[in-house]
Amino acid sequence: MKAKYLTGIAAIAGLMVFSGVANDAHAATLDDVKAAGVLKCGINTGLPGFAYTDDSGKWTGFDVAYCRALAGAVLGDADKIEFVNLTGANRFPALQSGEIDVLSRNTTWTFSRDVDLGFTFIGANYYDGQGFIGRKSLGVTSAKQLDGASVCIQTGTTTEKNLADFFRINNISYEAVPIETNSEARTAYEAERCDVYTTDASGLAATKSTFDDADKHMVFPEIVSKEPLGPLVRQGDDQWADIARWTLNALISAEEFGVTQANVEKMAEGTENPEINRMLGSEGSLGEMLGLSKDWAVHAIKAEGNYAEIFDKYVGPNTPLGLARGINALYKDGGILYSPPFR
Amino acid sequence: MATTELPTRTNAGFKPSRLWTDERYRGVLSQVVVVVLVALALVWVGGNTQNNLENRGLELGFGFLADPAGIGIGVSLIEYDSQDTWLRAMTVGLLNTLLVSAMGIVSATLFGFAAGIMRLLPNWLISRMVATWVELTRNVPLLLQIIFWWSILLSLPTVRETLHIGDSVFLNNSGITAPAPIFEAGSNVVVAAFVLGLVGAWAVLRWARARQAATGARMPAGWIALAVVIGLPLAAYFAAGQPIGWDAPVANRFGRLRGGFTVTPELVALWFALTTYTGAFISEIVRAGILSVSLGQTEAAGTLGLSGWQTTRLIVVPQALRVIIPPLTSQFLNLTKNSSLALAVGFQDFVGIGSQAQNQTGQAIEIVFSWMIVYVSLSLLTSAFMNWYNARIALVER
Repeated sequence: MKAKYLTGIAAIAGLMVFSGVANDAHAATLDDVKAAGVLKCGINTGLPGFAYTDDSGKWTGFDVAYCRALAGAVLGDADKIEFVNLTGANRFPALQSGEIDVLSRNTTWTFSRDVDLGFTFIGANYYDGQGFIGRKSLGVTSAKQLDGASVCIQTGTTTEKNLADFFRINNISYEAVPIETNSEARTAYEAERCDVYTTDASGLAATKSTFDDADKHMVFPEIVSKEPLGPLVRQGDDQWADIARWTLNALISAEEFGVTQANVEKMAEGTENPEINRMLGSEGSLGEMLGLSKDWAVHAIKAEGNYAEIFDKYVGPNTPLGLARGINALYKDGGILYSPPFR
Repeated sequence: MATTELPTRTNAGFKPSRLWTDERYRGVLSQVVVVVLVALALVWVGGNTQNNLENRGLELGFGFLADPAGIGIGVSLIEYDSQDTWLRAMTVGLLNTLLVSAMGIVSATLFGFAAGIMRLLPNWLISRMVATWVELTRNVPLLLQIIFWWSILLSLPTVRETLHIGDSVFLNNSGITAPAPIFEAGSNVVVAAFVLGLVGAWAVLRWARARQAATGARMPAGWIALAVVIGLPLAAYFAAGQPIGWDAPVANRFGRLRGGFTVTPELVALWFALTTYTGAFISEIVRAGILSVSLGQTEAAGTLGLSGWQTTRLIVVPQALRVIIPPLTSQFLNLTKNSSLALAVGFQDFVGIGSQAQNQTGQAIEIVFSWMIVYVSLSLLTSAFMNWYNARIALVER
């Protein structure tokens, strides 16, 4: 009899074990998101222009806009998002463990992250590069003249390795002052704990925009690395990666076709251009192929507008960041943004 | 055959219902259930981890430790270059953790003892001031205190306004910099003389105590010991032809001091915060320990003609120590573990460099595992030492 009870306990516990494992084995992120009714999106803990809280305390910014477009595409409502704020160090475990569905946190697309960490980058939404900011009073005009300088750097980023490489290649020395978050690195730089601060050029513009004496600082001309920033998802769920990728492509194509937040609903009724019609769902069945509704792209574009609208609203020339489109313009405008066709 | 009859008789009365009605069987059953559940939970965690790792195409292994780290480290006790391996980088981190923990434990203990004794002084002003400080530091989160001290240190003069004593000691918001000794050939004689001096001083103190116990005669043993510790290496230094030079710090064109050794504001902020925070807890432990010694002991000491300080040092504190040591141990452990908050101000301790490694290599499980192993080992070693010390000073009952 005793053995019988034990067998029972073992059987129940065994069931728990295998059901637990089975649950994780075939994680269809789309089904999970639909079941939860909310998209869990990993964003920065605070970076002006990219992810910050507006006056009403809502998260907003360039990276946040992508989350909203994706939530629109998947759930039909751009506000059904749970934002998870992540530091440079804990963003990857959060995505690996399934705490978030997508990471949209100015993250550089690199070989080892794509291949070795088990992620799928779905594209680049901002082509960036690492630069340096320093006081004009240093009397330095180029990063190559920084021999012996103290450099503030945010830990847990690709910039750490780039920095070491840059100084090694140029055979000059530096003192690393590593700081965990962007805001504390800024504090240290402002207090002259270090001579220069290094991070992605977009981040430097964002940081500089918050200085009271912004004109006393300069961003050095050297861009020491390629930093294609983009959203990423877990590897192994191709359907979810496709959804994330084509949501980004829809935003870029929308700019190309002149589809905007204001006119998207009107254009969804049908236009002369069959590709717009396929993208917005009045022709063909692209939405169904993704496992989404017919008008998925309409909701994605309605969230914050097309790529150009998002860029101009958060980081463009008329914002405190004042970033030029540069290589982030459409291919036909001399940039490298290029969406594959909706066909 | 009598031995086999006994179990037969008890088993004859066994019914399954006894498993939960009979206290003896119930005890065994509940333990078996707990063990089985714990084992199953472990199996589940292991299986789930492995399964998820396979799904994500990740592999476990410590091979990454041999790869070049490629990160810069600000404070390092050993030679380190960004091309060194992760193993070396993690070692640097471990040494930094040990450094700040050791510094913190020594200073927090001194601070805590002084504060605990001062709080019990009859002087109203002193005891109130100490009480205010204790309540303030004990009740503010440590992380805030670290950032507070860091902000204070960052508001020191900048590199362009460096304060200095001659050309040797410099102070600015990037740290305090002083000349570092350079050990040239022959300097090991001096080091050996220093060690010899320590041993000699210990022998002198021991002999003086034995003599006082035997004859009652006292001598200034402390001064003699100090003279031995300083005099011997000094004599050796000059005898060996002054083999130790000084590496003086020199300012480069950014005003940054290179050469010598620098104590960074991050390390100092962390050390200050750990000292005051843990010191506050220790002072309460010391106060409780002293109060636990009965007033009769103090009165008896007074009757024997001991001064107030002698009473504290010779009568009260030795007896209070027996109450103080066990909770003191747990404060030491807390301090060591709390030192991992270093991350917040960018002092690269074991956790800091580990999280950098985790970010660059993605080997989260291995790194979290090594954190656990290191902190458990540090805690167990500290406990073992303190238990040994506690046993040594415990009241010997005859």
